[in-house]
Amino acid sequence: MQRKRLLAVGALVASASLVLAACGSDDNGGSGSSGATPPDNTALQELGANEGQLRVLAWPGYAEDGTAYKNTDWVTPFEQDSGCDVTVTTFGTSDESFKQMATKQYDVVSASGDASRRLIYAGLVDPFNLDLSTTYDDIFDDLKDKPWNSVDGVAYGVPHGRGANLLMYNTEKVKPAPTSWAPTWEADSPYAGYITAYDNPIFIADAALYLKSTQPDLGIENPYALDQDQLAAAKELLMQQAPNIGEYWSDAFASIESFTKERIYLGTTWQYNANYVADQGTPVKAFLPSEGSTGWSDTWMVAHDSPNVNCAYAWVNYITSPGPQAQVAEWFGEAPANEKACALTSDKNHCDTYHANDAAYWENVYYWETPTPDCADGRDVTCTSYAEWKTAWDEVRAG
Amino acid sequence: MMTTAESTAGERPPKTGLSHRPSAFLHRHTHTRLAALLSAPLLWLVVIYLASLALLFAAAFWQQDPFTSQLVRQFTTDNVKEAFTNPAYRTVGVRTLVIASSVTVLCLVLALPVAFYAAKVAKPRGRRLLIVAFLVPLWASYLVKAYAWRGILGENGVLDWALKPFGLSGPGFGQIAVIITLTYLWLPYMILPIYASLDRLPNSLLEASGDLGGKSGRTFRSVVFPIILPGIAAGSIFTFSLSLGDYIAVRLVAPNFTVTGNQIYNNIAGGGNTPLGAALALISVLTITIYMLLVSRTGALREL
Repeated sequence: MQRKRLLAVGALVASASLVLAACGSDDNGGSGSSGATPPDNTALQELGANEGQLRVLAWPGYAEDGTAYKNTDWVTPFEQDSGCDVTVTTFGTSDESFKQMATKQYDVVSASGDASRRLIYAGLVDPFNLDLSTTYDDIFDDLKDKPWNSVDGVAYGVPHGRGANLLMYNTEKVKPAPTSWAPTWEADSPYAGYITAYDNPIFIADAALYLKSTQPDLGIENPYALDQDQLAAAKELLMQQAPNIGEYWSDAFASIESFTKERIYLGTTWQYNANYVADQGTPVKAFLPSEGSTGWSDTWMVAHDSPNVNCAYAWVNYITSPGPQAQVAEWFGEAPANEKACALTSDKNHCDTYHANDAAYWENVYYWETPTPDCADGRDVTCTSYAEWKTAWDEVRAG
Repeated sequence: MMTTAESTAGERPPKTGLSHRPSAFLHRHTHTRLAALLSAPLLWLVVIYLASLALLFAAAFWQQDPFTSQLVRQFTTDNVKEAFTNPAYRTVGVRTLVIASSVTVLCLVLALPVAFYAAKVAKPRGRRLLIVAFLVPLWASYLVKAYAWRGILGENGVLDWALKPFGLSGPGFGQIAVIITLTYLWLPYMILPIYASLDRLPNSLLEASGDLGGKSGRTFRSVVFPIILPGIAAGSIFTFSLSLGDYIAVRLVAPNFTVTGNQIYNNIAGGGNTPLGAALALISVLTITIYMLLVSRTGALREL
C-alpha cells in the first residue's frame, strides 16, 4: 500500500463522513423534537380475522416453541388455536430490543421498563385497546397504569411478569447475616474483593436507591430520576465500591459459577440465579434488603402499524392468560402478572417463592425505567438522560 | 495490459459462432470487460465497506435523542470532545495503547529468533514442520484459544498449579493476563511476514558479511535487519491494530478490566450512546492510520 493511495482512501472516507454528518438533518420523522409527549398513535378499534402470521420479539424464555427444549413449548398450541404462524426472535438486553424494534420487522414485543418508555416516545408501539383484552381484569392491580406501560392513563400493553434484584450472600462466609445493602457499598466492608455487582449503566439506580435511605439530604425520590448532583453522588458511591468488587457480572451463568465456586460471597442477583446456586449445594440466601431494591416489570406491546395486528392481539391475550403465564413464570423464574396463574403452576409454592401475591413486597421494588430529562418523579428540574448514565458508568468502569 | 489486448484484437478477427458472441464482444471492448470484472468487488469495497465506515464516522458527529435514544442527524463536535477530554476515555485509551505496544514488542522479541531459525537454520523437513506449527493455531477458533487462556491464567488455574511447587503464583486476571493472551493470539501474524522476508534473504549475503569479518551482531544490524524491516513493519501493523481493537479476549481473561474496545462495544452494541461509541472508534482508526503513516514514512511498506 502506497502512502498516497492510503491518504486518498482516508480522505475519501473522511469527506464522505463529513458530508453525511453535516447534511441530512431532521429527516427522521420527529424523533428529534423535544419528545416530552409521545406521538399520537391510535389503538386498534375492533378485532378482525387473524392474518396467519406473527413476528414475536421476546426475552429468551418468554416465547418457547420447543426448538430449544423439546417439551418446553407454549407457542405451538397458540399457532394451532389461532392459525397465526409464529416466528420468535430473542434479544439479550433492553437496548437490543429497542434497536430491533426500530427496524420495524416485528409485530409484538416483551419490553422491560427501561425499553418500553423509549419505544412509546419513539412512536414504535401503539396504545393497547384494553377493551380487546381478555386477561386485563386478572392482572395484579399494582402492575397497571405505571409509567413504564402507560402515558397519561393510556395503556401501551399488558403486563407480563416481574422480578426483583435481590441481595444474595453465602451464609457461611457472611456473618452476621446482612439485612441491608450496606456491606456491598461501604468502603470498609469486610468482604472487599468478594462482592459482585451488575455490569450495566442501569446499576446506577441501585446506588441511587442506597443513597435515598442513607443520604436523605440528596432528595432522591425515584432512583431513575436523578439530577446532575444526584447522579454525581451515585457515581461517587460506585467509584468507592469499585475497588471492593471481585467481579462485575452481566451473564447470569457466569455469576452463578462465581457463587458456586465461592469466588464471590455477596452481591446483587436474580431469584433465578439464587435458586440455581442453592440447588448446586452452595449455602446461599437471597432476600430483599431493608432499603428495597431495583427490579423489572415486563409488558407485551404491539408494534406501530403492525400488518399482523389481529394476530398480535391474539398473542397478547394468549400469553397473559393463566396457563401460559404459569408456564413462562416457572420456566423463566419470575412472578406472573396474571393472578390466576398461581393456581396452575406445577410447583404450588412458585407464587409464594417469587412473592407474586405480596403487594407489600413490591412496594419497595423500583422497576427498571429509562432515565429521561423530564424527571419521572415529577420534579421541575432537568434530570440526567440514559446517555449521561452511560458515560457515568464508563467512568466508574474505567478505574 | 491494454496495449496487448488491442493488438491481438486487430490481428485476428473473432469467431462468429453464437456461443462466442459474448466473449468476442468482451474481447473487443476491453473497458467493458474491465468494468464487468471489477464492478462486484468495487461495489463491495466502496458501498459495503467504505460507506458503512463513513456512516459510522458520521455518527460521531451526530446527536442522540435523550428520550428515544435514536440518532438525530444534527452536527455536533461534543462527542469527539468528550472522547478526548473525559478522563475515563483518556486513561483507558492510554492503557489500550500501552497494551497494544507491549504486545507488539513481545511478539517481535518472540518472533525474531523463531523465524530466523525456521528460515536459515532448520533443515527442509524441520522447516516444514515449523511452518505447520506456526499455522496450526490460526486454524483454531479465536474464542477457543481465549477460553483456554482463561483456564490457564485463572485463580487455581493451570499456571498457578504449575508454579505452586516453587512458592509462586500466576498473574491472575488483569493487564498482564491480557498482554499474555493477546501476544499468543497474534504471534503468528508477526512470525509469518518476518519468516517470508528472511526466506528471501540470500544466504550468500550472510556469508559475505562473515567473510568481511562481521560478527553475528553486526551482521544482524547491518545486513539482516534492514532487509527484514518491511516484514517487521507488516507484522507490527497486524499485532498493533488487532490488539487495539480487541475486547472479547480482554473480557475473558480480565473481567473487571476495561479497554477502548469494551467502551466502543458498550456504547454502540449495548445501545446507550452510539455517537460517543462512534467517536471512540474514529479515534482508534485515526491512531492506526497515524501509525501506518509513520511506518510508511520509513519506507518499509514499499517492499510489500
